[in-house]
Amino acid sequence: MTSPLEQKKIKIAGPSVVTANRTWDGIVVYRTAAKSWSPDLSEAAIVRNSDEAKALLAESVADDVGAIGPYIAPVQIGADGKIEPGNLREQIRRTGLTIGQPAQA
Amino acid sequence: MYAYDEIDRTLVNERVSEFRDQVKRRLSGELTEDEFKILRLQNGVYLQLHAYMFRVAIPYGTLASNQLRALAHVARKYDRGYGHFTTRQNIQFNWIKLAELPDALADLAEVGIHAMQTSGNNMRNVTSDQWAGVAPGEIEDPRIWSELIRQHTTLHPEFSFLPRKFKIAITASDHDRAAIKIHDIGLRLIKNEKGETGFEVLVGGGLGRTPFIGKTIKHFVHGRDILSYIEAILRVYNQYGRRDNIYKARIKILVHELGIEKFSREVEDEWQYIRNSSLQIDDEVIEDIRSRFAYPAYEKLPHMPDELRQAAADPDFEAWRKNSVAPHKVQGYSIVTISLKPIGAPPGDATAEQMDALADLADRYSFGEIRVGHEQNLALPHVAKRDLPALWKALDKLGLATPNVNLITDIIACPGLDYCSLANARSIPIAQELTRRFANHELANLIGRLHINISGCINACGHHHVGHIGILGVEKNGEEVYQITIGGRADEGAALGNLIGPGVKFDEVADVIEDVVEAYLALRERPEELFIDTVKRLGVEPFKERVYATR
Ligand code: HEM
Ligand code: SF4
Repeated sequence: MTSPLEQKKIKIAGPSVVTANRTWDGIVVYRTAAKSWSPDLSEAAIVRNSDEAKALLAESVADDVGAIGPYIAPVQIGADGKIEPGNLREQIRRTGLTIGQPAQA
Repeated sequence: MYAYDEIDRTLVNERVSEFRDQVKRRLSGELTEDEFKILRLQNGVYLQLHAYMFRVAIPYGTLASNQLRALAHVARKYDRGYGHFTTRQNIQFNWIKLAELPDALADLAEVGIHAMQTSGNNMRNVTSDQWAGVAPGEIEDPRIWSELIRQHTTLHPEFSFLPRKFKIAITASDHDRAAIKIHDIGLRLIKNEKGETGFEVLVGGGLGRTPFIGKTIKHFVHGRDILSYIEAILRVYNQYGRRDNIYKARIKILVHELGIEKFSREVEDEWQYIRNSSLQIDDEVIEDIRSRFAYPAYEKLPHMPDELRQAAADPDFEAWRKNSVAPHKVQGYSIVTISLKPIGAPPGDATAEQMDALADLADRYSFGEIRVGHEQNLALPHVAKRDLPALWKALDKLGLATPNVNLITDIIACPGLDYCSLANARSIPIAQELTRRFANHELANLIGRLHINISGCINACGHHHVGHIGILGVEKNGEEVYQITIGGRADEGAALGNLIGPGVKFDEVADVIEDVVEAYLALRERPEELFIDTVKRLGVEPFKERVYATR
């Protein structure tokens, strides 16, 4: 497997975060500025250029016990500073299924 | 039902403790994800968008009621109260925690269920006809041979690190319910002129990015030679298969590139070396496996019991019976298909309550046996006809008596972008909307047999290429767009569908499908001409005109 760090160049088009799935239970998490993981997007560290993105990703990949499969994902930041996912996939990862579940535990 | 022996039980239990240790080492950081990934994949554990996903094998689609209860228990205790039946006789749990997986596996091992060979580049769960052993006119029970192959290939080192995953399906009936032509190897049980049992062998079928219908590589391989013949195919594949390029690694690409003649010559050469080896199967081995498939003690029952005659007056019962009940090889019995496609719900999902209740109904009405088919429905294989009305009432209470088997709302769909990390677009909401559009049973019945298949990306887990109507989700400039094909089929006449035109947006898909169906109703020669036959007769053009004239 090629590590995401070996990608030739990390290009980002706008504000981005690093997201992954928490190792022990698999839930969606975001890398925070405090070098940890949070399930809450509002706590995610925001990167704005490729050097920052590369650094945040490197640090995330190094924390292999905490979360798996980290990658850079686009976000949108509203006028009020609120962070929103930048595409449908990330929207679904944050808010869950777009359909009802057959049964809730 | 098949009774596992001591060897199987030991194997399954050892596997659980091995995996428990691997998970422990992963959680402590002793194993990195790179090291662990191949280990988890060998135990059916994927990573999805929201969580880990756990895929459990249901070999040749046969389940005992206590096994179905164990699946319900796993859904309830370790997941969110439901499971998803797939097109390859597996069940998937979508919300399982890695830390709890060893416990879930241990609970399943108690009833002989495991997740071996449900993922990774090995020989996958060997699938078969969900009506195996009960369908009238079948050559013999194909599960005997599925089990033989399962035993031979499970954890076989030569088949554990193949260039890519490898899937085998077996049928023994004229009508192919196992979709053998879209498998890496498809086996059709037949008899030769001498009355000996053997197989027509097909190779190189598959869907995904580069779809192919399987080709016949040999018209008759004697039953006793089937393991050596399969092994010969796998050796040629192991030798030449493209390990350097994941998109070219499946055997279908090799067969296509070499051509079936050259490929079959290679296999033939290899086969001559190993044909008369220990791979030749003794009759006793087959008899031993055969004896482990217990068949119920059927009663002598009338063809048309009073209960059935009386119930026939109820149009709701009749609507269900016509689509869900099929003839059984034993007089007085039926095979009952249970639709997991209620109107407005995700195809193939069943709740823990439904699984438990169904296990009870199987005990009461089907000698404790349940089957899983590739259409993402379940079946009760041995229901006495006199019990059909009572069974129907009980199923109806559970939401399991939707009378839509083989109709337009009996949709096959993959999890798509709601769950799957590889997806480009959503599948399930498309399926849900379509079932609402065609919810009216009179209308669905008027349309007749019509299979819609939906995949959320080119991997084709929803078999869209072989749907009578196929819907493939792609992404274009950040938006979900759907390509629609018609004319595909997955049965003995397997064919790939043809595109009707440019892709359409999420909100338009159901309208377009309605147009296609309206065009069919207007174009068919007579009510008995099925959608697929009208498409065959007229081609794509008239449908295309109808759909795109106003768009
Ligand atoms: C949700 C997680 C899933 C993932 C990550 C996944 C992944 C894949 C991939 C990568 C392929 C293409 C393999 C290749 O051509 O080399 C594939 C094929 C396939 N998948 Fe899935 N799949 C998932 C779920 C399912 C489900 C739910 C079903 C059944 C409804 C399914 C049934 C199939 C089938 C039948 C194929 C065969 C296509 C072929 O052999 O060419 N998969 N899957
Ligand atoms: S077809 Fe694509 S989206 Fe659907 S389950 Fe398979 S990999 Fe996922």
